[in-house]
This record gives sequence, C-alpha cells and structure tokens, in this order.
Amino acid sequence: MTTTTSNYDPRVLKAPHPVPGAPDNWKRFFSFNTDAKVIGIQYIATSLFFLLVGGLLAMIVRGELITPPADLVDPSVYNGLYTMHGTVMLFLFLFPILNGFNNLLIPTMIGAPDMAFPKLNAAAFWLVPVFAAVLMASFFAPGGPASSGWWSYPPMSLQNPLGHFINGEFLWILAVALSGISSIMGAVNFVTTIIRMRAPGMSFFKMPVFVWTAWAAQTIQLVGLPALTGGAVMLLFDLSFGTSFFRPEGGGDPVLFQHFFWFYSHPAVYVLVLPVFGIFSELFPVYARKPLFGYRFVAIASFGITFLSLIVWAHHMFYTGTPNWMRHIFMFTTMLIAVPTGVKVFAWLGTLWQGNLRLNTPMLFCLAGLFNFIFAGITGVMLATVPIDIHVGNTAFVVAHFHYVIFNTIGFGVFAGIYHWFPKFTGRMYYEGLGKVHFALTFIGATLNWLPIHWAGLLGMPRRVASYDPEFAIWNVLGSIGAFMLGVASIPFILNMVSSWARGPKAPPNPWRAIGLEWLLPSPPPAENFEDDIPTVISEPYGYGLGNRLVEDEEFYVRRSQEA
Amino acid sequence: MTSVNPDVQLNHTPGHVKHDGHNMTGFVIFLCSESVIFLAFFAGYAVLKLTAPQWLPDGVEGLEVRMPLINSIVLVSSSFVAYAAERYLHQRNLWGFRAVWLLTMVMGTYFVYGQYMEWSELTFSLSSGVFGGMFYLLTGFHGLHVITGILLMALMLARSFRPGNYDKGEMGVASVSLFWHFVDVIWIILFLLIYVWQ
Repeated sequence: MTTTTSNYDPRVLKAPHPVPGAPDNWKRFFSFNTDAKVIGIQYIATSLFFLLVGGLLAMIVRGELITPPADLVDPSVYNGLYTMHGTVMLFLFLFPILNGFNNLLIPTMIGAPDMAFPKLNAAAFWLVPVFAAVLMASFFAPGGPASSGWWSYPPMSLQNPLGHFINGEFLWILAVALSGISSIMGAVNFVTTIIRMRAPGMSFFKMPVFVWTAWAAQTIQLVGLPALTGGAVMLLFDLSFGTSFFRPEGGGDPVLFQHFFWFYSHPAVYVLVLPVFGIFSELFPVYARKPLFGYRFVAIASFGITFLSLIVWAHHMFYTGTPNWMRHIFMFTTMLIAVPTGVKVFAWLGTLWQGNLRLNTPMLFCLAGLFNFIFAGITGVMLATVPIDIHVGNTAFVVAHFHYVIFNTIGFGVFAGIYHWFPKFTGRMYYEGLGKVHFALTFIGATLNWLPIHWAGLLGMPRRVASYDPEFAIWNVLGSIGAFMLGVASIPFILNMVSSWARGPKAPPNPWRAIGLEWLLPSPPPAENFEDDIPTVISEPYGYGLGNRLVEDEEFYVRRSQEA
Repeated sequence: MTSVNPDVQLNHTPGHVKHDGHNMTGFVIFLCSESVIFLAFFAGYAVLKLTAPQWLPDGVEGLEVRMPLINSIVLVSSSFVAYAAERYLHQRNLWGFRAVWLLTMVMGTYFVYGQYMEWSELTFSLSSGVFGGMFYLLTGFHGLHVITGILLMALMLARSFRPGNYDKGEMGVASVSLFWHFVDVIWIILFLLIYVWQ
C-alpha cells in the first residue's frame, strides 16, 4: 500500500488484512475451522477425492460391461459396485461439492461476513468424513457392501442371508442417515444466511441467480429429506429390529418405501441441478458480456421448479404397480417441469444470442453442459410419458438419461464453477491450456460414454446386469471407451488444480471482468469478506454493457480489492 | 470514521459475528423440516392402516383410550404452563419462572411415565405386524422428542441460575418453549390418528 493512496481515502487504512498466514497456512484445512471459505474448500477437496473413488468404481463397472459375459468380477460383487458407485457419487461427490460452492459463494455474493451459524457449518462438514468412513467400512462388512442399488428397494434391501446385525445394508442406511443430518444442518444454515444476512440494498430481486437457486435447492432439502429419513428409519427397523412395514409377508407394503424414497430422491436431482442452473446463469452473462436475459423470470422459475419437484415423485413408479389415475396425474406434473426449466433454457439462449462469446474453459463447460441438458431434457420428457416409460423403464435408457443429467449437465456445471471461481478463492490463475485439454477429454468421453447407451436401452438392454446379450455389445464397447477416457480426463484436471494452487500466477481480484459482490473482494477474500465496510447494492446483477454501478462507491471497493 | 489498530484486527477471530435474531429464524426453519419426518410417519400410518390385509395383530382388540387421554390432557396443558413461565421471565420474575418452568418439566415427565406404563401393559410388541411396528415407532419417536424437550428445559433452568444470564433476552427459553408447543401439536395429531381413529 503506498502513502499516496492511503492519504486519498481514510478508509483504505482499514483495508481488509489478508487471511493470517495464507496461503501457507494449509493446516487450517484439517481443523475444525468455522470460516465459510475454509469449509467451502474443505467440502470441494473432499468431494473431488470421492469423485476419484466413485469414478474408479464406475470404471470397474464399465470394464465388466465391455464384454457380454460376466468375466471381470463376480455378479454379486458387481451389484455392490454399482450400488456403491451411485451412493458415493451422490452423497460424497455431488452433494458435498455443491455445499462447498454454497459456502464459498453465498456469503461473498450477498456481502455477509460469514454464514449465520459458523460452528454448525463446521460440524455439518465434519460429518462428511464420518459418514464416508461408515460407507467405506461397508466394503469390509460380512457379505460385502449394500448391493440393492442406490434406491435400496425392499424386499431386496431386506435380504440378510448371513444374519449379521452389522451388514452392508445396515451401514449404508446409517451413512445415508448421517448424510441427511449433515444436509439438514447445512440447509438451515444456508437459508437463514440468505434470509437474514444480505448486504444493505440487496432486495430479493437484486440477488444473484446462484443465491436464488441455492435457496430453492436448500428448501427442497428441508421439505424432502426428512421424508427419506422417515423411510430409512422404517427400513432400518425392518432390517434389524423385526418390524414389517415393507415386508409383504408380515402385512407390509414394499411400494410404500418407494413413495418415501422418491418423494425425496426425485427432488434430490433438483437439489443438485438447481445450483448448476445458478452457475450457468452466473457464467453466461460474464462470458457473453450481456445482461442475463429475463433475470426476474429466471430467479422465480427456481422456486417454480422447487414446488413442482415435490409433486412428481411417482413417475419413478409407473411400472411398479401404480394405479392408472396416479400415473396420469404424475405424467402431467412431470411434464409441467419442462415449463420453468424451459424458461431458464430460453433465457440462457437469449443471453448468448449475439453475445461477444469468450471461450475460456468455464464457458466451454457451460456451453457443453447446456447442450447436454437440452438433450437430457428431451429424453426426460420421453420418460415422463407413461407408455414410453413402461417400455424403457428399468433399461439402460434410463441409466443413460440419468447420467446425461447428473454428469453431463451437473458435472459439467460443477467443473465450470470450479474453473470460474478458482482465481477468486485460491488467489491463483489456473492454466488455460490444461483446462481446455480437460474439457475436450471430458466432453468427448462423456458423450461417448452415454450417448450409445441410449441405443442399447431402446433395444431392450436391462440395467444393473453384469452379463447381457451380445447384440448390445457395440454400444457397450463405445460406452466403456468413453468411461476410460473420463478417467484419463482427471489427470490434466488434477495436474492443473494442484500446480496452479501451488505455483500458478497470482490472480487479480476480477480476472473475468465480472459483475458481482464477490468480484469486489481481493483474491482470496479476507476472513470476514467486507468486514465493516459492507457495500450498499443499488442495481440488479448482470449489468454487463449497461454502464451502471452495482454498489454505492464502487470505485472504493475496486481500489481496495486491488491494494490488498 | 475511526481508525482501527491493525493489531486488534489480527486478533479478531474469524466467524465472530453478531447473530442476534438469526438463531430463532434458524430454529423455526429446523422445526418446519422436523415436522416433515412426522408427516412422513403419519402418511405411512394412514396408508398402511387403509391398505394392510391385517391391521391389528391376532388377539388385539384395540387400544385403551382413558389413560392416554389423561396423559394427553396433561401434556397439552403443559404448553400453557410453559407459556406462563415465559411470561414470568418476561416480567423479570426469575423465581416465578423457575417454579412454573419446573412444573412444565414435571408434567412432561408425568407424560413419559404414563407412556412407559402404557407400553408395559400392552400385549403386542414392535414386531407384531404393521400395527405393532407403527404404534411403537410413532409413540417412541414422539417420546424421544418429549425427553429431549425435558432435557432442554432442565438446561434452561440451570442457566437461569447464572447471574444476569437472561438480562439480554431469553432466546433459549423462547426456542425451547416453541419446541415444546411443537411436540404437543404433534401429539394431538398422533392421538387422533392412533387412539381416536380405531
């Protein structure tokens, strides 16, 4: 800081001090730290580790499927592999990584110094390694890990042939319950923070769309997750304490569990995809240099999706003995979801239209993610149609559709977000070349992995099988090659992240010339963000090319962020 | 504009922010979420009762209502007693608060005792078909909440002996009181479902 500038404005004297000891102070990432930015990075690093674990399981599954007979692993081991792959990817990769984004972005985007409940926040994070250990321990349980798929339908999930009290399914339910507790702790925290800790002047319709979508997603957690917890408790009692809620031989109803499960687990996909819609809505305006088209509609559509997502669950049960009237209602509500999501898609296309596109790595991931999402949306509407669903339900087509949403859309959005905000929260630039290699491998790999599987499914290949008819072989060979390519894609990604964080060029406060409160902070932001000088927000977000100020006295914040 | 000593800032621990009022917002959000678990159980109860081929286990006629009704009246009226205790605290009458708060705890404990007595006299168990499972699951899960409420009240009672603890507001007491009302409302629905709708 030079003398001339500190004379220029007395407030510069109060410029936020850098995080004590950063960036050498790596030990704080292994401690019970209550700083949301530390917790965010803890979440993201942990979940990227489990992306590798889940990816390894996936590659064994694809290795098995590269030839028609079951020759690589035993079919019973195979059941455990895909169950654990799904569980790890959902509960240890996607949920935690998006909570990482929430921790980094919500306080900085709304100008809050931290989350509303910092200790609760840290406790919620440290539950993740605990339930990860419980889940991983199930590999060593007698009889192997849970093997009834990530949805754990009874009566399959209630099979306990060896009779041990502690078995794979028991540990699976325990891990899911702990994950639920952690998620609820997080959700209470995020929603309270958004409602109560916004910067002066930041009305709801001045909030960035990412905050809107995070809020909508966490609302789903609060309403939906307890229903799954209720169902899981009953499943645990059936498995371990002799009740018969879901045991037909004792008068129970296995389909009831499916209602509990899907009441949460369908909206759970929206918990994951909504923040990714938020990331798309943040990034397209930055890299197209245009305001977000229809900002208010995009914001409100998030809650439209939240509401509709809670009344569509039975579309997963069209072929499991659902009465006809129920099928019709749920087909209708499911198709209605295409309306708010369509609003968003058209808003993004409107944003891109005649924009001055900059094809950096985050933008490439966003564009590819949007492309994949439109494809997944089309197959989604196909699956919502009762006759088509009864034909392709429980085939590989469903698996392909699901992965087009969960990896080819959500995964791409997550990567886009990581690259985009990497300079902000690490204070270093990533290497663009490695980023583009990562993108190319990921896009080609993901497309090759999942596009052909649609055909296998349409031709009738069932899901969750270790061996299959040789007529499906060509599609599966292509899919497996794609999967291994995705495995290779992790190498440039890890190289980039590790070497950039250690030795990358120092990042300026706003390398993308983006508009938003987080970009008015130094990179990395100090412990309490704006500290005592919280800016007053005066205009809507995404004012690209409009020339208006986002906050009062913007020059002061820009200068301070550059001097820190 | 006062200048700040940089040394003071460095000692300033991260995450040390004023949280007045956030706690209640967070707690209300949590209670809304918690109520969905009960809603899920209630929905499961209703579905199984309406569709199960055999609802009551062999040899079970139904549930006795008289004792549970007395129990319910004690629990529900304890909500009003808790409210009275809160009023005393509002008026800075600490001993009044402690006495009435303790009365709430006693009434809650009586409820748990009554529940225990009922359980010990029943002829069916957790594994007696869907009815047995549902009955013990619902009453047990609710009972856990009652016990949690009593423990939280004991904590608030102990904190009232710390001098000046409630001078700046009584967020803890207000939250526990809210939790207690929540537990009571759940019980009313539960009572209607299990004992009245037979």
